[in-house]
Amino acid sequence: MRDFIKLEGMDSSDLKALISLAESLSEILSRPIKKVPTLRGRAIANVFFEASTRTRNSFELAGKYMSADVINFQASGSSVEKGETLWDTARNLTAMGIDAVVIRHQVSGIPGLLADLLDVPVINAGDGMHEHPTQGLLDLVAAKARKGRLEGLKVAIVGDVLHSRVARSDLWGFQTMGAEVTLVGPPNLLPAELGVAMTSNLEEGIKGCDVIQVLRLQHERQKGGSIPSVREYRALFGITGPRLAQWAPDACVMHPGPQNRGVEIDSDVLDGPQSAVLDQVRYGVAVRMAVLYRLLGGTHDI
Amino acid sequence: MAKAEILDHDGMRRALMRIAHEIVERNHGASDIVLVGIRSRGVPLAHRIQQNIEAIEHVLVPVQILDIGLYRDDWFQRPFNPVESSKITTAINKRVVVLVDDVLFTGRTIRAAMDALSDYGRPQAIQLAVLVDRGHRELPIRADFVGKNLPTARSEKVAVRLEESDGEDQVVLIKPENDDA
Repeated sequence: MRDFIKLEGMDSSDLKALISLAESLSEILSRPIKKVPTLRGRAIANVFFEASTRTRNSFELAGKYMSADVINFQASGSSVEKGETLWDTARNLTAMGIDAVVIRHQVSGIPGLLADLLDVPVINAGDGMHEHPTQGLLDLVAAKARKGRLEGLKVAIVGDVLHSRVARSDLWGFQTMGAEVTLVGPPNLLPAELGVAMTSNLEEGIKGCDVIQVLRLQHERQKGGSIPSVREYRALFGITGPRLAQWAPDACVMHPGPQNRGVEIDSDVLDGPQSAVLDQVRYGVAVRMAVLYRLLGGTHDI
Repeated sequence: MAKAEILDHDGMRRALMRIAHEIVERNHGASDIVLVGIRSRGVPLAHRIQQNIEAIEHVLVPVQILDIGLYRDDWFQRPFNPVESSKITTAINKRVVVLVDDVLFTGRTIRAAMDALSDYGRPQAIQLAVLVDRGHRELPIRADFVGKNLPTARSEKVAVRLEESDGEDQVVLIKPENDDA
């Protein structure tokens, strides 16, 4: 494994190994001294062309907990505004001795192209509508922690699947691990080409589910008017306490964040016992430690 | 390959009983002791020493587990090696930690284990118990409690087999073939 770009097509044994590595490394977060010397002397650049708090902080802490030096590069306020191309930005960073690049970009496929261009490992922190593989991985780890297994789980991904890179990474990840995935959302926001079970009836979609991943209603991507109104969306697809109690009382409820409380998910669900959202954030750090250790720990020349 | 048996089941049992006695004697009892087994074969050995100490002193000392994968000084020269979690739940501050491992060789594992321990607290003392000391130290480290001192050549291998992980108790010295030629 040289880069970490997508979960689609990843070997199930590689995926399993990453999951158990993340489970092992999560122990470090509960130590009195949250630092291991493993990546001492390694430098990691977080290069973010899109807004992010959780993912960027999570990668930064993951690197720091493993003793790597981490720099954060935001496109705004940088030479990008003076017209520097992404390739030049990246080449300049590696010329400064960066050992790995974590990149988020609004255009699908950019991290993959960058991986071909650079000699150092590239980690995709979300690209356009393509994938967000560390989020997919942390959703697997969080679901496994709640349910004890992944194989055979019934998973519903609810919301704007069309515009969601998280949905795609989740779909490939859960399928590879032997779970059964159903996509739930408005018909025009369900991409038919993914070739999985889908429904626009929330009850049908989540009834008896083990895991519900609630996607954020992406206001910034709804300018084309793909849903009539937020109120209608909430009426048809909002995850509310009564609906959850009636249709999926045993489900673990996840959300990649940031949440629109009272739109796609209600506060009583989000803060209730079925919610795994803070587990997701916690395992997010462990998962990113696992990916960094997998790519930077150990030589790949042997 | 030529093999020579160094310890059999009874030999190992006696060595571990003697180590337990020595630990208790050195520390004037067992009340402050925490045994820390180094993954993987140090863990079952630590449990056996724990049982022996219980038989001698009627005190059940805690056994904790340490994985030193994240602390190796040579990880960048080795292929990627997955780690397992450490389980250090007992406070080790102001207690005597006895590290337990199967074979003491270069001392680098123990160096890594001491670094790892210091991330969990500040023990009053760290002592080292090993089943076999085969020499060839690369660091100024020595064991406090040794089951068997075994002079070896660098090219030889020491294989420790334990009932818990390998189905039988045995220590074998393996000489590579071309050494005899």
